[in-house]
Amino acid sequence: MARDLDPELHTIPPNRGEMEDQPTWRRDFPIDTAQDAYVARRDFTKFLGLTSLALAVGQVWIGLQSRWRHARGKWPIVAIGELEKLSVGDALAFHYPTDTDPAILLRPETDRLLAYSSQCTHLQCPVLPEIEHNRLHCPCHAGYFDMNSGRPIAGPPRRPLPRISLEVRSGTIYATGFEENQT
Amino acid sequence: MSDRRPLSRQERTVIVSGILCIVLTLVLMQLWLISATMNAWLGGDESIVWPAALASVGCFLLNAGLLWHLFQLDR
Repeated sequence: MARDLDPELHTIPPNRGEMEDQPTWRRDFPIDTAQDAYVARRDFTKFLGLTSLALAVGQVWIGLQSRWRHARGKWPIVAIGELEKLSVGDALAFHYPTDTDPAILLRPETDRLLAYSSQCTHLQCPVLPEIEHNRLHCPCHAGYFDMNSGRPIAGPPRRPLPRISLEVRSGTIYATGFEENQT
Repeated sequence: MSDRRPLSRQERTVIVSGILCIVLTLVLMQLWLISATMNAWLGGDESIVWPAALASVGCFLLNAGLLWHLFQLDR
């Protein structure tokens, strides 16, 4: 008798009608919509809790990566080439800081050298120098970067190209590290 | 000794819906935080990395507290 009075122990069809009025297939496979809504929202909330944990862990991981980057110490000093072999208006491809990181050296003026990572900050395509237009061009998705600052000026990229600091010693050009806080 | 009556399913559904709204808002804030932090960090700006991490952990702790209430509902 108590079971008949307790509404939570009865299956409620989606249209809230009597079970006797439901089609046969629904009587054979009844779904309690109120219970279904409760369980679905409760389990979705639990899943969001896991998502929240994953996002917090990811955020801390970025912080740890940032700290490890500083702990690794200074950037290597790598010889790129001879200054006199690079004529004005020319560019030279090289790798920095490792052999798998492509970079590009530019000489727009006689006494001016610029170097950037040559991987587009959109989807890592190699960028091509257009020194006569003061820009670097990514042909994959028509992205453009200002040659003097490395900042994106058109297309999908949103971050500047990492700029490599340079030194010239005894006629040889050296890459000495990356410049920070370009944003 | 507590003499509170047990919550009905309808009441529990309302409570779960409220918790879901708050948790969802906090998770969306965390999602925005991680995308903005990653963008700044890859662009060479590391000044916001740890403040953003603290904010995200704070959001998770709030969510954990709400989830604790959620688990208590079915006890």
